[in-house]
Parts: sequence; C-alpha cells; structure tokens
Amino acid sequence: MEKLMEYLLLCTFFLYLLSSVTFVMGIAKDKDQQNEKKLRRFSNLAVGMAIVGVIFQTLFIITRIIIGGHFPTSNMFEFTAFLCYTIVIAFVILYFIYRSAVLGAFVMPLAVILLAYASVYPRDVQPLIPALQSYWLYIHVTTAALGQGAFGVGFVAGLIYLINKVGFNRKGANALWLEITLTVVLMFVSFSVTSFAFAAVHYDAKLSHIVDGQPTVEEYTLPPLVGPHDGKVMNMDSFLGLKKPLFEAPVWMKGNKAASKFNSVIWSVLSGLILYALIRLFARKSLREILHPLVKNLNLDLVDEISYRSIAIGFPIFTLGALIFAMIWAQEAWGHFWSWDPKEVWALITWLFYSAYLHLRLSRGWHGLKSAWLAVGGFVIIMINLIAINLVISGLHSYA
Amino acid sequence: MIENSKCECGHNNPVGTILCEYCGKPLDEELKEKQTIAKEMRYEGKARRSQTLPASPFDMVWNFFSSVKVAVILILITLVTAGIGSIYPQENLIPETDRLGYYEQHYGFTGKLFYVTGFSHVYETWWFFLLVAMIGISLVVCSLDRVVPLFKALNNQQTVKSTEFISKQRIRDQKNVPAEEKEEKLQQISAALEKKFYRVHRDGDSLLAEKGRISRWGPYINHIGLILFLLGILLRYIPGWYLDETMWVREGEIKRVPETPYYVKNERFSIQFYNGTQSENEGPIVKKYETDAVLYKKNEKNGKLIPVKKSPILVNHPLKYDDLMLYQADFQMGLLDSIKLKVTEKKTGKQMGTFTVDLYNLDPNHVYHVGNLDVRALEYYPDFAMKDNRPITKSQDPNRPAFIFEVKEKGQQEGEKSWVIAGENLDSLTKQNKYAIDLAGLNMVNQSGLLVRVDKCLPFLFVGGFFTMIGLVMGFYWQHRRVWIRWKDGILYVGAHTNKNWYSLFRELKQIESLSEFSLQPVKK
Repeated sequence: MEKLMEYLLLCTFFLYLLSSVTFVMGIAKDKDQQNEKKLRRFSNLAVGMAIVGVIFQTLFIITRIIIGGHFPTSNMFEFTAFLCYTIVIAFVILYFIYRSAVLGAFVMPLAVILLAYASVYPRDVQPLIPALQSYWLYIHVTTAALGQGAFGVGFVAGLIYLINKVGFNRKGANALWLEITLTVVLMFVSFSVTSFAFAAVHYDAKLSHIVDGQPTVEEYTLPPLVGPHDGKVMNMDSFLGLKKPLFEAPVWMKGNKAASKFNSVIWSVLSGLILYALIRLFARKSLREILHPLVKNLNLDLVDEISYRSIAIGFPIFTLGALIFAMIWAQEAWGHFWSWDPKEVWALITWLFYSAYLHLRLSRGWHGLKSAWLAVGGFVIIMINLIAINLVISGLHSYA
Repeated sequence: MIENSKCECGHNNPVGTILCEYCGKPLDEELKEKQTIAKEMRYEGKARRSQTLPASPFDMVWNFFSSVKVAVILILITLVTAGIGSIYPQENLIPETDRLGYYEQHYGFTGKLFYVTGFSHVYETWWFFLLVAMIGISLVVCSLDRVVPLFKALNNQQTVKSTEFISKQRIRDQKNVPAEEKEEKLQQISAALEKKFYRVHRDGDSLLAEKGRISRWGPYINHIGLILFLLGILLRYIPGWYLDETMWVREGEIKRVPETPYYVKNERFSIQFYNGTQSENEGPIVKKYETDAVLYKKNEKNGKLIPVKKSPILVNHPLKYDDLMLYQADFQMGLLDSIKLKVTEKKTGKQMGTFTVDLYNLDPNHVYHVGNLDVRALEYYPDFAMKDNRPITKSQDPNRPAFIFEVKEKGQQEGEKSWVIAGENLDSLTKQNKYAIDLAGLNMVNQSGLLVRVDKCLPFLFVGGFFTMIGLVMGFYWQHRRVWIRWKDGILYVGAHTNKNWYSLFRELKQIESLSEFSLQPVKK
C-alpha cells in the first residue's frame, strides 16, 4: 500500500512535468504565428496530462487516507503537496474559461517545483495529535488551500504580465524586482535539488542543545552551516572539510527544530544564488530575458484579466476556508474563535491584502502593472505564512 | 449649474451627473473626447452624495469615509500593524513578571522597542480598536454613498440609449443595416441573447439585454455581513454575554464553575498514546486527552446539586450545555489528594488502625475513629513553613501538609496533641505521647484544566459571516452584463458593458452568430 502511494505521487510528479514541457513546447513553436492548430493540439495534450495528474494525485490522497486514517493536510509535506494540487485544479478551471496555453507553460512548472519542494519534508504518515482530531481539519485546510491555489494562478498570470511588460527592460525598479522574484522561485528549485542530492548520499548530522531545560537532539539532512544556539556536535558527516557549524542561530529562534529549518533557508538562498550565477554565466542573459520570448506575443489585457479572475475566484473560497471555517474550528477546539495566533494573523493579512487589491482594482482602476505586482505580493504573503511562520514563529499552528 | 446638467433628450439630471440618467449620453465635455466611457459606467454615471453636496462638517466626515482610497489606506495600516504584532509573541504568552526584561533579554533592542511601543499587546490597544472601528465606519459610509444611486439608476434603466452612449462602450461596433432587414436582425439577436440567459427588453428599435445584476449587490451584502460581524464582537461587552475563565478540577472533586450556577465533577482524567510512536528523541504521540465530567446545577431552593449532563470532554469536543462550554485545556498528573495515616501505640508497637485525611477539604470538626481512639485535626497547614518561630501556611495548596492532631481515648476528657509534618520524623518533639501518628500511604489523583466559556455573540458572528459569504459569492461568481442594441437611420449600433471580466463577455458574444459580423474585441485600456 505504501509503495503504491509512493508510485502514485511519482506518477503525479512526472505527469505535471510532462504537461509543463508540452505547454512550453506548444508556445515555443508559436513563433511564426502560423501554428494555431499545432498550438491547440499541444495545449489540449498538455491540459489532458495535467488533468490525469490531478486524478493521480487524487488517488494518492485517497491511498494516504486509507493508510493514515485521516485527510493528508496535517504537516508540511502534506499541505504543500495539497497546495500544488489546488493550484493545478484552479489552473484547469481557468484554462477552460480563457484557453490560455501560456498560463499552463508557467503554472505547471510552478506545480512541479512545489511538489518537489513538498517532497523534501518528511513523508511518513503521522498519527494525528488531539488538537487536529476534527473533521474541521480537512474542511478548513482544504478550502483555505483551494483559495490559495487560485491566488497562486493569479500570481503566475501576474508574473507573465510582468515578464511581457518589463522582461526586455535592461534597468529599472520593475525589472530588478522581477528578477528578484524569479530568483526566489529558482531558490525553491535549487533547495529541492540540493536536498535530494544530500538525501541520495544519506547525509546525516546530529547536534544536541537545550530547549526549555530539556536536552534535545536536532537532526540535519543538509550540512549544518548554522547550528542551534549553544549546540554540541554529536555526529556530523564531513562536508567540504566542515566539521562543525559555521555559526549559531540567534537565541530567539527556538521553535520546533528552528535551527535546522533556518539552515535550510540558508541553503536555499546560497544554492539558489549559485544556480542563478551559473545560468547567467552560460546563458549570458537574465532570467526575465530568457523567459521573455515565450510570452512576447500576448494580449496583455487578457493576461491582466486572467490574473484578476483567478484572484476573484479564490477570494470567496479563501474567506470561507481560512477565516470563517477557521473561526468555527478555533471556537470548537480552543474556545476562542480568534486568538491572534501568528498563523491566524497572517491569514488575516492575506485577506486584507487581497481585499485592498480588489478595491484598488475595482474602484480605483488599478490595472496592468500595478495589479500584476499586487498579485505577486499576495502570493509572497501566502508563502511567508506557509514557510516563515512555521519556521521562525511557534504558535498554536506549529504542528509541522 | 442646473442648465449644464439638462440633457438634449430633455431629462433634468442632478448636479454632478456624468451620464444622462435617461438616455446615457455623456454630459461632461471631456468625456466626449474619450474613446470609451467604461470607467464612468461604474456607478452608471450617477451623482453620489459625497461628490455633490456642499461641505458641512457632517459632509466632510462623510466625504472622508466615503473614499475608497481612505478605506484601502485604513486596510493597509491595519495589515501592517497586525503583521508587526506577530513578529514576537504577544504578552499573554510570556511569563507575567518583568515583561520588559523578558523581551529585552530574548529579543534585544527590537524586543524592548516592541514592548515599549505597545506592540506586545497591540490587538488589545485602543488605537488598534480605533483602526478597526474606522474600517467599520468606512464600510457603512462607502456602501451607502454608492448603493443608493446605483440602486436608483439600475431600477430606472431605459431601453433606448443615446447612440453616443452605445458607441462609447468598451465593447462596441456599428454596421449599416437597411430598414427592411432591421426587424429580422433585431429578433435574431434578441433570441440569441435570450438563449444565453439574458433578459431582453425591447422598445421600438432598441434592445436592452441584461443578466447577473445581483452581482452589483454582492459587495453591499458582503459589507453588511462584515458590519454585523464587527457589531457582534462589540456585544460581548454586555454583562453576562461573555465569559472567559479557567478552572482546575481534581479527579473526584465537585467544583463550582466560576461565575455560573453550575458545578462540575471530574470523574476521571486520562491520556492515551498511540502505540509504537515513541522515538529516541521524542516521547510517544498523544492520542487523546479526556476528562469524564458530570455537570450539575444547583437547585436554588434546597441547595442540592442536580446532575444535568454527563459527558466526556476531549480536545475538539467541548461539553456544551445551554450557553456554557467547557473545554479540555490542560492537565496535571499525580497530584497529592489525600494521605493515609496510621496510629501506633508507642510502648507496645501495637497498630491501632489507619485514617485518611482529605488534604483539600479538611473538616476541623470531623472526628476520625481509629480503633478505640478519636482523632481530630486541630490545626492544618497545607503548605507548611515556619515564620518568626510560628507555624504558617504559604498557600492553600497541599505542597507540604502539616497537622496538629488531638488523639483521645474513648471517654477521655483531654487528649494528647501530636504534630505531623510531611516528610519529617517528629518523634523527638512529642516524647511523652502515648501514640504516634505516621504516614501510611499517599493517594494521588490527576487534575484537569478546563476552559470555561460563555459567548452569546456567536450567533451574530455566524450571521455576519454568512452574509459576507453570500455577498462575496454574488459579487464574484456573477457578472453584471448588459448589451445595448439600437437601430437608427440605417445603422445598427451594438454596445456591451460588464462590471468585470471583459474577455469572458467577449467570448460569450463571439458565440452569437447574428453578431458575428461585428467586431466586439474590448477596446484596449
């Protein structure tokens, strides 16, 4: 059964990957504008693969429910994989509204990156602690994730808009920030690749330190560049002659395995920058210039509308899942519908941000570039909530 | 001023009107130069209160809060403030003593700043409350300022619109259609639009097709929901509407639920673990925290406790009775509850018997019968200490219980006094005593920490949330689409407007065959 589950996940991954490749091939062949028919064929094939991928991931979820006895949205791997699932679903829906192949060429790779990123986290099925034993777990988390999935598609459409609009700019704040955004996406890729590389050679390091008076062992899967505060090396495989961490995490980083998570962030940033430097070196182009040809013949108003539309579709779902259902569950579990827990605060921030976006767009006519940047900003907030809040701040939600 | 707003069609418009209320003709000279009036269509070109009336103090406040710009700025300030508040833990999560020191020690200078500026309890500050209240006012004013004119405009729509109005829509085109083909064309278009679920009105040579108008009311219903929600939170300041307490109950104890007429008994507290989840690093994973509880209500006449509900309390499954909710929140294992003492005749070493002292409810008048002896507790110090050579108790918790017992033989007038202090042998103190009292056993129990909640605002919050959702769904999953068709002097004008998602409207119109010769691509912005 567990083997089957692993295979289903692997199939999902490759289907999303194939779908991405097909979408990119479809739009890349469109250079001479003659291949309308070919583009149709490619994108139909690609969206078909995305749908089959969704079916495989659904099967994966079902097998995991059978094995674990609960809906898989209770730790970092499960939630991130589920977010990837909702992004693909939101994309498929928007594809059938607007038939945009370019959208697929960017959303599907993002899904692949997210799924790879999710798989870096421990994948074993864990039993549910009492706080999570409620049917609200999957009602609340799945709806919130569906909303975030739609926001994710809005983000990608915003990104496409920006690449089209400022991708050929040599200089300027817009170009710079776009390059930074793309580099951050690259960091997710490099982090996943690095993690899998070290996992393949069974890298292992253990450091001990004191948490709340209790000696605790922190296990590292990546070479510890940063160790826990006042930590001692128990066992550490050598990496480039590194025998002990280069420096220590600040005292206030004391969440669940905070130091090793912080270490992962450092690895993502470093490996991302190295990858970026390699790309610049070999392609002799910035990321935005590499991507620009893919999107240059687009109707910008249409991309702008797709970005807005996905956010408009996501907003009510997000409100329902991340705020209303969250409050009902909190009332049921903690006796307070709202506790100003960091995760809650950031869900509220996400909601306020997107409501500001909607007001600016609908009432004050913020379209185009401004709107695209806001769509990117909103998804950055979601990623902060997913990663940074779990990493740095321990609150009622720190289960993963 | 009045003359300016009179339209060619003869309709008198209020000052500030941009598009004639009757025929839709642009009234503003500047607009005539513009390619499209899509932007002006937002509130149907109606004059809004905030933009028309002279500025009395009330109007100045009104105008301030009616601005969406102000609303967005308020939202962004709230967003940033809430975000800053989440950087470090809030005050209620850290030890009470010396908070400033705690923040400074753990988070350095920024931590100190966090505390001094009040961000350590930002969600309870008056200014955060004020921010939310201002958003609430803005919600009311913004909505009223817009919904009234919008409602009037949409309810008094004319089918016949000025050709200038139609040909300035974002989707528009015109074609020569001879008079004899006009009727057939209009009918074809009308039928096709009806098939797409438009409601089609006809007036002479004009068509007005409309659908999804409810989309326009979505934002206002959503805002009503949000206002109800915010008001619902205010209701908790009504005395008796909101209760937030914690309590500890030992196994076997019946305890008053704070500030309610209820009593709760903890019959048993237990923890269950998942099998085989213990790892070298962490203990086993908890499966269940459970308190088996009985809820009693006190009969006001005879003071008797009547059981009203018996139910386990688990995390995620609170005990609910009427408005009262009890939550499993905390626990303590192995708490000293009572001790068993034995009495020995010193000379013979003969065991006289044992008695059990309840450390929490020690009745000074209770006489323990031990064999032929009567034992009574004269003094009880639950948390014993010596101060100025006098015995005192530091608290009411039995951390170090100490007693002075009086031991009397049956019929004896005056008994002997005997000290018992937990963990100490005091034989030397009372050498002349005939009987010795020693510890024979400890009785441990578990204790449950319960949260006590009454929240009568919940239904209001629920209704608020419900309206918000309905409003959001109406506003975002429907679009208000209108198509105007007018035949005039041999030309057929087609114009279309939607409050959002232009390309969806374009795709929809593209599927209509009778409109296929028109170019209906939205004009670029």
